[in-house]
Amino acid sequence: MYKILETRNLAGNIYEMVVEAPRVAKRCLPGQFIIVKLDEVSERIPLTICDYDREKGTITIVFQPVGASTQKYVDLKAGDVFMDFVGPLGQPSDLCTEPLEEVIKKKILFVAGGVGTAPVYPQAKWLHEHGIDCDVIIGAKTKDLVILEEEMSKVANVYVTTDDGSYGRNGMVTKVIDDLITQEGKTYDHCVAIGPMIMMKFCCLTTKKYDLHTIVSMNPIMVDGTGMCGACRLTVGDEVKFACVDGPEFDGHLVDFDAAMKRATMYKTEEGRALLKLQEGNSHHGGCGQCGGDK
Amino acid sequence: MADVLKKVPVAEQDPKVRATNFEEVCLGYNSEEAVEEANRCLHCRNAKCVQGCPVNINIPDFIGEVKEGNFAEAYKIISQSSALPAICGRVCPQETQCEGKCIRGIKGEAVSIGKLERFVADWARENGIKPEAPAEKNGHKIAVIGSGPSGLTCAGDLAKMGYDVTIFEALHKAGGVLVYGIPEFRLPKDKVVAKEVENVETLGVKIETNVVIGKSITIDELLTEEGYEAVFIGSGAGLPMFMGIPGEQAKGVFSANEYLTRNNLMKAFREDYDTPIAHGKKVAVVGGGNVAMDAARTALRLGAEVHIVYRRSEAELPARVEEVHHAKEEGIIFDLLTNPKEILVDENGFVKGMTCIRMELGEPDASGRRRPVEIPGSEFDLELDTVIMSLGTSPNPLISSTTYGLDTNKRKCIIAEEETGATSKEGVYAGGDAVTGAATVILAMGAGKAAAKGIDEYIKSK
Repeated sequence: MYKILETRNLAGNIYEMVVEAPRVAKRCLPGQFIIVKLDEVSERIPLTICDYDREKGTITIVFQPVGASTQKYVDLKAGDVFMDFVGPLGQPSDLCTEPLEEVIKKKILFVAGGVGTAPVYPQAKWLHEHGIDCDVIIGAKTKDLVILEEEMSKVANVYVTTDDGSYGRNGMVTKVIDDLITQEGKTYDHCVAIGPMIMMKFCCLTTKKYDLHTIVSMNPIMVDGTGMCGACRLTVGDEVKFACVDGPEFDGHLVDFDAAMKRATMYKTEEGRALLKLQEGNSHHGGCGQCGGDK
Repeated sequence: MADVLKKVPVAEQDPKVRATNFEEVCLGYNSEEAVEEANRCLHCRNAKCVQGCPVNINIPDFIGEVKEGNFAEAYKIISQSSALPAICGRVCPQETQCEGKCIRGIKGEAVSIGKLERFVADWARENGIKPEAPAEKNGHKIAVIGSGPSGLTCAGDLAKMGYDVTIFEALHKAGGVLVYGIPEFRLPKDKVVAKEVENVETLGVKIETNVVIGKSITIDELLTEEGYEAVFIGSGAGLPMFMGIPGEQAKGVFSANEYLTRNNLMKAFREDYDTPIAHGKKVAVVGGGNVAMDAARTALRLGAEVHIVYRRSEAELPARVEEVHHAKEEGIIFDLLTNPKEILVDENGFVKGMTCIRMELGEPDASGRRRPVEIPGSEFDLELDTVIMSLGTSPNPLISSTTYGLDTNKRKCIIAEEETGATSKEGVYAGGDAVTGAATVILAMGAGKAAAKGIDEYIKSK
């Protein structure tokens, strides 16, 4: 059992939790993820690590409910437990494993979209702790959905932008990339873009114009997360890669986003159906396509 | 009087009924049937069946006890050699092992050793008989990686010798392939697998789930920081293989591992679990092994019309004869000498069909099987909504890439001595699919057993 120590609503339907998981906290590095399972009947859900405390043995995770299992997390409080919590999984960010003298030479730009701000934070924090400055663009639909701005500002130069202009700059993150490079005299050697698949796709199209090497963090459908089931396969360059053991970070200019986005909707309907049943509870009499109640 | 040349028939669920449920197919012998079948055993002095068993169970003696109705005694004899008899009695390929060597088989049907083993193990479980924990611990700590058949066997044997054994399991439930891979209708999870795992725990083995060796902690750390004196790697097979044909990224294309894991480990077939699974209407399973049969029969039970697409002929099917027979009885359609060329995808990215080509058998290849060759111009389309690829696996790199001094071969499998399980790294032993590539439960158990002996000799010689 893995105890939840704190919970917090960051914005809209984005939540943060601090969970006791000493084995994970001891070894994890920015860029890695964990898999969490609430109870016997829940799914295994992969979530990126937002922060960690090696001494206290805790991991901070951020999530946004999308299916039946994550919807249940919303009601959890400090003191509740997850039945299973496994990690760290996947490869750490290259920035944290390359020789420091190489990383220190780079001018680094992070592009964080929505809930993708959470996995960017530990990378920026790690660089800051190792004396490396970086720029972070945080993008959100609207002012109320900007997360972790305060924390991020302590470790990096932050540029907030909202799609509707209600806070910070006005427009998409890709516009900020363009502005920083063409209008504000910034130069970068390395970009890390994490957020919704569509945002990462357009970030990569933008950075390609500047020949700016760009890493993205993929979050495909996953079951075991340890290199067994093959659900998380992606086409990167001409190769089939598995996000759980080869990733989750890949060269964004090589990822086939269109194929990945199509695959990501595989269970949209099934998940939606399971959610329907959850919300309807005992009053559920069909519509899920499985129970036969609508026959 | 029953025909002594034939096996006592075993009760099975009717194919029409079982095709719609996940209950066990084979119902097993009752005690009268077991005694009757046991009486067919000739109790050979130099029993060939024992040589055919990878863990060398004393088969004539346990069957001798069954003849007399001493089922508890029979269980004791099996337990001396096997930690998982209820599982082996169900999933071992007896026809090529113990039963394949049975003298009865020369003139008639072999003694039904597997069904008798299953009967004895089930009887012991139902009557609350448990293996005995060792009287004394020897104080040596051993780590076992993976709680599948090789890990459970190795851990059980070491615990019987008095070792302090901890199993580390990456998933949330112990059992490895017995839990995520083999379906409920062949191997019940709560009734059989969980109980066999409990028996291993009764011997004093600790199981820590949610620990991914190579990620949560490395083998070197187990040996240096956590005080383990030896490690057994039984981490199993790895990533599923795909064909590399167009359309494999489409929605509705699964590896057999994913499909089976969703259904077996995550229990997608049950209403009370959250796990989604595609309820295909028309499913093709590509491949001809036991895993392909399991995936096909699972899809059938979820309501689909299911085709096995296999490039060679029936004689070359790698699956057990019993599995193929059961699959056919249940209504699985076998498209043999057929190979996929392309998966056809609709405008929303879902599978809509598969272009296949007819094959014929040519000259034998390196495996000794006749090589399938395409018949030019014989392409045709199958209309489908789901494709399950069951083409085998390649080893998982998590352990080999994080363990200093552990050698692998050109197929990336860990190199280990067959007799002792010893690897290139001192104190580290390995066995099962991580060493051999995908094989059977009983071969993995045999390797776990050999490694337990190897580890015991290593510790004693230190």
